[in-house]
Amino acid sequence: MPALILASIVTIILAVVSIFVGVSDVSIASLLAGGVDGRAMEVLLISRIPRTLALILAGASMAIAGLVMQMVVRNRFVEPSTTGTSESAALGFLVVTILAPGWPLMAKMGVAALFALGGTALFLRILRVVPLRDVLMVPLVGIMLGGIIGALTAFVAYRANLMASLLAWNMGDFSGIIRGRYELLWIGLACCAIAYIAADRFTVAGMGKDFTTNLGLNYQRVMVLGLVIVSLVSAVVLVSVGSIPFLGLIVPNLVSLMIGDNMRRTVPWVAIGGAGMVLACDIVGRLIRFPYEIPIAVVMGVVGSALFLYLLLRTPRGAT
Amino acid sequence: MTEETLAAPLPRSFSRAALVLILLSLLALISIALFMTLGARGSWSFVLSFRGKKLLGLLLVSYSVAVSTILFQTVTNNRILTPSIMGFDALYVLIKTGVVFFLGVGALVAIDSQMQFLVEVLVMVGFSGILFRWLFLGEERSLHLLVLVGIIFGVLFRSLSQLMQRMLDPGAFNVLQDTLFASFATTDPTLLGISCIIVGAVSLVGLKLMHSYDVLSLGRAQAINLGVDYKRTVVIILSMVAVLVSVSTALVGPVTFFGLLVATLAHSLVGNSKHRYVLPAAILLGIIALVGGQTLLERVFAFDTALSIIIEFMGGIVFIALVLRRSAR
Repeated sequence: MPALILASIVTIILAVVSIFVGVSDVSIASLLAGGVDGRAMEVLLISRIPRTLALILAGASMAIAGLVMQMVVRNRFVEPSTTGTSESAALGFLVVTILAPGWPLMAKMGVAALFALGGTALFLRILRVVPLRDVLMVPLVGIMLGGIIGALTAFVAYRANLMASLLAWNMGDFSGIIRGRYELLWIGLACCAIAYIAADRFTVAGMGKDFTTNLGLNYQRVMVLGLVIVSLVSAVVLVSVGSIPFLGLIVPNLVSLMIGDNMRRTVPWVAIGGAGMVLACDIVGRLIRFPYEIPIAVVMGVVGSALFLYLLLRTPRGAT
Repeated sequence: MTEETLAAPLPRSFSRAALVLILLSLLALISIALFMTLGARGSWSFVLSFRGKKLLGLLLVSYSVAVSTILFQTVTNNRILTPSIMGFDALYVLIKTGVVFFLGVGALVAIDSQMQFLVEVLVMVGFSGILFRWLFLGEERSLHLLVLVGIIFGVLFRSLSQLMQRMLDPGAFNVLQDTLFASFATTDPTLLGISCIIVGAVSLVGLKLMHSYDVLSLGRAQAINLGVDYKRTVVIILSMVAVLVSVSTALVGPVTFFGLLVATLAHSLVGNSKHRYVLPAAILLGIIALVGGQTLLERVFAFDTALSIIIEFMGGIVFIALVLRRSAR
């Protein structure tokens, strides 16, 4: 418990740093000098605080989505971007943008979530016929499926002249976040809460179908709940900030290395870890070429793939 | 010798394979003829030399991708893998970006492009050497690990390139983009000569090893039993694969599923897995898909750059189908 408090404090420090980093001058002094109506206060309320909140919400919910996915698929190396879920959400968002451009963002997000659900279901369907003797076959199939859906999406976007928008969605970036542009992410937080409440069920479901049924749980229902959470979070994050690769993979794995697999215990860690990681990467992206910004997806791509490689290569021989 | 005793195929499959090869050759020739002539206006000498260069580029790519994929599948004893999933394209982009980032745009312009190309091929062969050696030091089951690591290396390289590209100034970025945007429609003509030489040299080596391919595809233990110097042969073949993949990547950029598509079609059309039929069939199919597809898209549908997207999509579906079919058995 003290360790968890320590982690929270580190994350809070990162959040505070995140609030005060930026081109426009926002500091305690300028806030005090400007008073309640000053420019610094305005920047703080309209841009900085929403951005920091968005970072925390997106980071925590993507990490939780990864954790739930790993429990449901029973494989350490999956997360929304290695199962075709993110790509499916992007396809859904593209389709609804073309067919019904006038729909409110909420409705578009719903369509994206439905596509994400469909894509994940397809992935699970394929997995059912693939022999799972090899743990690494699962993410491989998922990445390939994601590639196919991605190619289809690229083709549709290419024909509809939406390549630029597609690139923007595929690259997670918090620089456009202001008040009014991030609130959908609270849905992600709600999903996290549900995941926490249902944590024990997911832990049991992670032991397998027979085991779950033996304990009197409806395996199918737990699976569906998990998939809905994952799809909803993927869609919300995609619509709000774009996709953030590897987050859902790295954080749960690091946490499980440290404290094991009991989800009731790991959920708070994963949420805080996800938020902290996203905050740190975003701060790096903002500082590395100050005053210009590097999108978080790029920073996360470097950090995440390097960490993933570490996880793959340190895995003892028996597990591969 | 061992090959003769192993191969006692039905005469029917012989004639089928021969028939398929003849048909494919005809189709390939038609594609080439159409590519060179369809919609040509103005001076023939200009059109022929202009399109001839493009054609040569496409032929080189078809050849490299087909041969490298088939050989890679033979060595890894797996019909689902292709060498280009291993992050080659991304490494190529990373090397180019790194040059501009660390040495400046001047370096990209100053260094002879053929020299650059040679260095890139060497770096890529070195990288794949490390990965492949690691595969063959371990046991055969680590294959999936290798592929996954290859994919993730690809992501890492891509992200690193993006990071550097974001930190370049806009002028340098534009120059870099121009050199990176290769596609089936525009291959770099200055690299054609050197590519021909490299591919030719590799093919000579490959021809000398021709007798061992069929034996190798029986698997490691069988091949060693049948008297193949397994380790040495595999190392040579994998270096060939690395060089060929580098050539095609440098010429047209990333094509993840193209090889898979061609190899799978070749295997199912020929109806047996003897390399002396499958290899030419795959090469011819590659030519038909690239040259024919490019002609069709450019002249008939006026689509221009979407060929790679279509091929990727179809190849991806073939991949999933392969995985499903294999596990259904």
